[in-house]
Amino acid sequence: MSKVVDARGLLCPEPVLRTKKQIDKMSGGLLEVLVDNPAARENVTRLCENKGWKVDVSEQGADYVLKISK
Amino acid sequence: MIVGITGGTIGLLAILLVKYGNPPNMGYCIACFLRDISGALGFHKAAPVQYVRPEILGMVIGAFGAALLTKEYKAVGGSSPLLRFFLAFVGMVGMLVFLGCPVRAVLRLAGGDLNAIIGIAGLIVGVGIGIYFLNKGFSLGRAVPQNNINGYVFPTAAAVITVLVLLGASVFYVSEKGPGSMHAPVIIALAAGIIVGVLAQRSRFCMIGGIRDFILFKDIHLLIGFFALLIVTLAGNLTVGSFSLGFNGQPVAHADGLWNFMGMVLAGTSVTLLGGCPLRQLIAAGEGNTDCVIAVLGFIAGAAFAHNFGTAASPKGVPVAGQWATVIGLVFVLAVGFLGARQVVTSGGVNIEQSS
Repeated sequence: MSKVVDARGLLCPEPVLRTKKQIDKMSGGLLEVLVDNPAARENVTRLCENKGWKVDVSEQGADYVLKISK
Repeated sequence: MIVGITGGTIGLLAILLVKYGNPPNMGYCIACFLRDISGALGFHKAAPVQYVRPEILGMVIGAFGAALLTKEYKAVGGSSPLLRFFLAFVGMVGMLVFLGCPVRAVLRLAGGDLNAIIGIAGLIVGVGIGIYFLNKGFSLGRAVPQNNINGYVFPTAAAVITVLVLLGASVFYVSEKGPGSMHAPVIIALAAGIIVGVLAQRSRFCMIGGIRDFILFKDIHLLIGFFALLIVTLAGNLTVGSFSLGFNGQPVAHADGLWNFMGMVLAGTSVTLLGGCPLRQLIAAGEGNTDCVIAVLGFIAGAAFAHNFGTAASPKGVPVAGQWATVIGLVFVLAVGFLGARQVVTSGGVNIEQSS
């Protein structure tokens, strides 16, 4: 089961805040975060990597899909 | 790291711009420069602060160019534009009570102006208030993709004004004395703006973001830019002999601690709710974010209000109207924060969908 945080259209820090709220509840597993701007992509990636999660970024149309796993 | 390089470059260029004619401790000041542009366009009649600052035009053009080249340009908008306008409006009123944006607060500190410490303390408190609302679920809502034309309007306007300035067309108001009359040559100021525009677009440099992300996530990434700016400018001021430590007699500043603090509490809260400092708003406006264009227009309108209704401070101090405007502005941002947070909570809070 994978969870999805849809942070498209949101400016920082909201995408990071929403991702953090979710991964703080998870000890491991897979989380998908959708963002639509490069600043959010970088900030969410940095947060997750700092917290020991692996981040895999791919583009989907005009959006970015961040697959976060631990 | 590029964010550190951005901060350091802003510091270095700020020293140069002052050497070439900008007012002291005002190599860059997004609030002051938008205020000067507001005057140059005739939106207010404060004769000492009217000048089309090429640094601002350059930043928008630089950010636009960098975003286009890296395919990061994207027109989006529709995230509470009216609220953004008024948050920016009152934020500017606060910054003009302190006499500077977050960038200038650091430049002032690096010049030895101890009033800036009080301003930065106010800024940090303001960011803390903003974070409180963000943690409660405050959101200005989602932006949606727009036709790219929407995003072209603002950089094009900046380019047209730049051409008029370069041609020497005498269509704008220009100060004959006061801070507006003090400026580096147009070409140097424009180039300094473009360099910062490109770097800030690439690095997402943000003064507020540094403080905010440190408090929220213990993330020092953006804070590196903040400190690089401080250290390089301090070193530069010491080198060229323009460091003067003290509270009194500082250039384009006053020593009213209470209102230096309160003005920046207002500014800090408002720009945290907006999602970025004035410089970041300008850069994002160049990247096609039309909500940030609205915020910039709010800053310009706020500056016009501050000078038309006598709420802006001067080296003589903060007028009573400015003190009232700060209090009313704070009531406004707190109301926006509380009500904005409550609405999101009642509509379900964090938007997380589950799938199998």
